[in-house]
Amino acid sequence: MSRVLKFISARWMVTYAVAYMIFLYAPVVLLPVFALNDATIIAFPLSGFTTNWFVVLWHTEALHGAIRNSLFVAVTAAILSTVLGSFAARASARYSFPAKRSIMGFIMLPLVLPEIIVAVALLVVMMRLGMSLSLWTVVAGHILICTPFAIAIMSSAFQGLDQSLEEASLDLGETRVGTFLRITLPLVMPGVISSLLICFTISLDEFIIAFFLTGTDVTLPVYIWSQLRFPTKLPSIMALGTILLVLSIGLLIIAEWFRRRASKKQGLEASPTGGFV
Amino acid sequence: MSVKRNKPIIELNKVTKSFGTFQALKGVDATIFEGEFFSLLGPSGCGKTTLLRMIAGFEEATSGTIVIGGKLMTGIPANKRPTNMVFQSYAIFPHLSVGDNVGYGLKTRKLPKAEIAAEVEKALKMVDLGGFSDRAAHELSGGQRQRVALARALVMRPKVILLDEPLSALDKKLRDQMQVELRNLQRSIGITFILVTHDQEEALIMSDRIAVMFEGEIAQLASPEELYRHPVSHRVASFIGVMNFLKATTTVADDQEITLNIPSLGTVSVPASYMPAGMDADTVKTIGIRPEMLTILFDDADKSTCRVEGTVTSTMYYGDMTYYSVKLSDHDDDVTISMRNTAGRSIVPAGGLVQVGWGVESIVLFK
Repeated sequence: MSRVLKFISARWMVTYAVAYMIFLYAPVVLLPVFALNDATIIAFPLSGFTTNWFVVLWHTEALHGAIRNSLFVAVTAAILSTVLGSFAARASARYSFPAKRSIMGFIMLPLVLPEIIVAVALLVVMMRLGMSLSLWTVVAGHILICTPFAIAIMSSAFQGLDQSLEEASLDLGETRVGTFLRITLPLVMPGVISSLLICFTISLDEFIIAFFLTGTDVTLPVYIWSQLRFPTKLPSIMALGTILLVLSIGLLIIAEWFRRRASKKQGLEASPTGGFV
Repeated sequence: MSVKRNKPIIELNKVTKSFGTFQALKGVDATIFEGEFFSLLGPSGCGKTTLLRMIAGFEEATSGTIVIGGKLMTGIPANKRPTNMVFQSYAIFPHLSVGDNVGYGLKTRKLPKAEIAAEVEKALKMVDLGGFSDRAAHELSGGQRQRVALARALVMRPKVILLDEPLSALDKKLRDQMQVELRNLQRSIGITFILVTHDQEEALIMSDRIAVMFEGEIAQLASPEELYRHPVSHRVASFIGVMNFLKATTTVADDQEITLNIPSLGTVSVPASYMPAGMDADTVKTIGIRPEMLTILFDDADKSTCRVEGTVTSTMYYGDMTYYSVKLSDHDDDVTISMRNTAGRSIVPAGGLVQVGWGVESIVLFK
């Protein structure tokens, strides 16, 4: 009897898992499907294969501006977040100082805060301070939400670093700066690259903060949102979505690869979920 | 074993170290001489590693001074000190080859590449790793990593090499082998070695002198033989090997002789020279005898030594040795007696009545 129950519950679990996956990923799969469909209306049945929507993208000037803006914001935010994250991670891994846990918790808070709240709050503050909205205000907002991710990645990089390696370097006559360049940096480099890629990806597709804080120069997600009002543009947006999807997945894979290599370099077994990807 | 005692290389003057309210070192005074193999021996938490790290320059003394090679080290960072350390974890740089690890320090001195390569090879040969220069760090075994760490320190030709429990990660066989090798290497190159260890056997085998440390203080600083034969306290005696303690009181004492009443052994007279410095006859409360200084007499004809009767309470057979617990009298705990299992010698089972032989010259006096 219990065997039958077990069999049924096992089948139920499988069904549930499959349904869950379909619900999660079917829309994503539809993206490339409609991007390559030869029709302006997003509906089945499919009417034929075309790469036309990708060609349209190529000729849309406003899109190119948005891409340039997004790249600028994402690269800047990624670099600054990683630098800030490294400082915080290093401090928390090496030193003990008063209220360490609460300070770290405070820095990590944007991870769980609703983005809309963060966005509105930032907008109000910036207006009050009399700052004009530009790509830099978007960068500032993105640094706020990217830094916790950078800290998470860099913390594991620094924690895996045996402190006696740096002491050994000093002991052998190297200066502090030299020790950082010859020992610390090479050993946490995979973490740095991983953090850069993750922050870049997060910033690239972030919409809410960018929407609130952007001035006249829009970022890519804001541009896409603005185009959704025109039904005829929909298939080319699908095409754009497809490109972004492939890029994001690619970047995340590279980031994860670097993280695992970092663990391996330090002789640790990389846990499959140890980072956060 | 003779060491030139004339030239001090490290002088520790009333060195203290506090971490918050915890006093890790409570005023350590010691002089370490050039070419000496010096060990800091003690249980974990006794401050020996802290002291080593202070000599290396990783920790600053709370008070007191450290002088190395005649120069005051206060405020001088680790990278400007004439010492090099072999870390407990070896701290081999994982992203560098063996050669780059060993040549790391020479590169900071901006030596020409060819010269570095030659020096590195020389140092690697010293530790029997000639030709390993191009190997990656992760290809090395535990013993090889230890050798690389040593070569990395040797190549710098420091005044002092500091070793922080360098053999504790190795298995027993390899450790025994490395103890001998390390000792021979130190003798042949003549650099001062300071070893931190909690393994008393290791310290005895390798050192010229040993500082036994308890709770941030040096309890006794002496040669291995002196330390083993004349420990100054119960604690030192029990930390270095095994010591049997028997109750004793002084009955008569003069310039020549001290007569003791030892309930388990009877009345015993020892030369006055046995009295440790800083103790007088009235303060003697116990005597100590090492297990190997007691014998179970199998041959009744042997009348040469003093003897006393006892009952075997347990027997532990170790192959080459047998350890007996023997009750001598109601006045003391059972004593431990170690006997070599020579040809034809039988093992006495528990409960057996035995004659225990002992000699006056093996008696150590304690408070």
